[in-house]
Amino acid sequence: MDVYLPIANLSVNGLIIVGLGAITGVLSGIFGVGGGFLTTPLMIFYGIPPTVAAASAASQVTGASVSGVFAHSRRGGVDYQMGSVMVAGGILGTGIGAVLFNVLEKLGQIDTVISILYVLLLGSIGGLMAKESIQAIRAERSGVPIAARKRRHHPMVASLPMRWRFYRSGLYISPLAPLLLGVGTGILTMLMGIGGGFILVPAMLYILGMSANVVVGTSLWQILFTTMATTMMHALTTHAIDIVLASLLLFGSVTGAQIGVMFSQKANPVKLRLLLAAIVLLVAARMALGLGYRPDEIYTVAPL
Amino acid sequence: MRRWLAPLLALLALPLLTGARDPILVPEVSQHEVDLQQGFTGTELLLFGAILTPEGSRAAQDYDIVVVLKGPTQSIVLREKQKVAGIWINAASTELRSAPAYYAIASTRPIADIVDDKTAAIYELGLKWLQLSPIGAINPQEQIRFSEGLVGLNRHNGLYREDEGGVQVSEQVLYQARIRLPSRVPTGMYTAETFAISKGRVVASASSQVEVRKMGVELAIARFSQNYGFAYGLLAVCVSVGMGWLAGRLFALV
Repeated sequence: MDVYLPIANLSVNGLIIVGLGAITGVLSGIFGVGGGFLTTPLMIFYGIPPTVAAASAASQVTGASVSGVFAHSRRGGVDYQMGSVMVAGGILGTGIGAVLFNVLEKLGQIDTVISILYVLLLGSIGGLMAKESIQAIRAERSGVPIAARKRRHHPMVASLPMRWRFYRSGLYISPLAPLLLGVGTGILTMLMGIGGGFILVPAMLYILGMSANVVVGTSLWQILFTTMATTMMHALTTHAIDIVLASLLLFGSVTGAQIGVMFSQKANPVKLRLLLAAIVLLVAARMALGLGYRPDEIYTVAPL
Repeated sequence: MRRWLAPLLALLALPLLTGARDPILVPEVSQHEVDLQQGFTGTELLLFGAILTPEGSRAAQDYDIVVVLKGPTQSIVLREKQKVAGIWINAASTELRSAPAYYAIASTRPIADIVDDKTAAIYELGLKWLQLSPIGAINPQEQIRFSEGLVGLNRHNGLYREDEGGVQVSEQVLYQARIRLPSRVPTGMYTAETFAISKGRVVASASSQVEVRKMGVELAIARFSQNYGFAYGLLAVCVSVGMGWLAGRLFALV
């Protein structure tokens, strides 16, 4: 099924794009992450221009997180106060990201920066997740529980001025911490076309010290609005969103997400985390190899 | 039918009108508009026509035919990756003021056998002779390296083509060449030029235009995205939220 993409200016096999969306959708349903970290590189690999890929992937993440937000809010799993602070930071971050995007594009270094960010972030987060889930599996087998962590949140968070009470998260911390976290993921969303769930969730758990039952819901809430802001930002600045491409991706990913949710209810969560860690590390390794090996095309063209 | 009629009439009339010694070239293109829309996966243009001696008799055995289809020229930055500290990054670049977005050439024989380098350079016959007009002073060696890089990249993408022997001449009077446009062909005005060459000299040439354009929904989307960014963004957000919500609803029923 050939589909002509009016913004990317080329024709693709629509079924492949839908399939790509479905794979990331299943992942997002299982793990509660947006799956942007897979869609963008896969689309670039398929031959879609990087800017169009990153811009269109953001709207796919929006779609994938919508039903998750509904499900979590129904059971009280979203801390709206915390979420809104982070969304404010996220919108600020997309603005900063747009400026960075422009500067890096002019310098011709946007692709390299994106690849290095992917390797660093995915590598470190994937490594952490793998380590943690292996420890959890061992603890399960031996019957010795892992020692409880001594501190709630990072000392740097505690040292920030002006404290607010976040009741649902069970925290009394400065709003600057979640705001900065929001800014950081906003920048990443704009640059890499990812939702940032796989960074947000560990950061909310280990840096902010939020209670576990609101972490996933609140991160989805933040991702939903930050990716919306990213979509608007791309529409206004890069004009690179291909709505035909985004619709195909969405069609696959929203269906895939529902299937993933069904699957996740049956599977062992610890093993699922290990699996996600493996996928994340695989993508990081692939990107690292891509940086080190001589690329097929040494030359690239950009309009003057 | 009318498309065929015009060149045929011209063919009959021309020998009567001209008294010159140059041959008569009557070129035509199979389509003057290429529409980029759903289902477009690339297409093939047929560049064809007739060549006659001034006396109006069959002439093609004396002439070589070269056809060139050239897309709009654009100003570009061409970047070159080099290995720096173990990774490949864009390390060098050059600015070119007139890189054609598309260039295809077909000829009856290899260009080098038909004309000398000077003539080839004047008429831009062949990828080697593209005039890319680099901005600023760069040394000739570097310039050659960059133009070879651009040619290599675009050949790989199917946007630059060279087909030596791609022009067929039948009955020593009719010639034809097929030129492929890939799905990622850029929009704009294309020029189709035909050259008749004899003994290393271009003795006749003619050109016509082909427009590559987006049509219908595709044109509307591209314009919408360019001109009404805010509304386009809102639409994209609505589509994504709507589809996510709808899928949640539908699966809740299952």
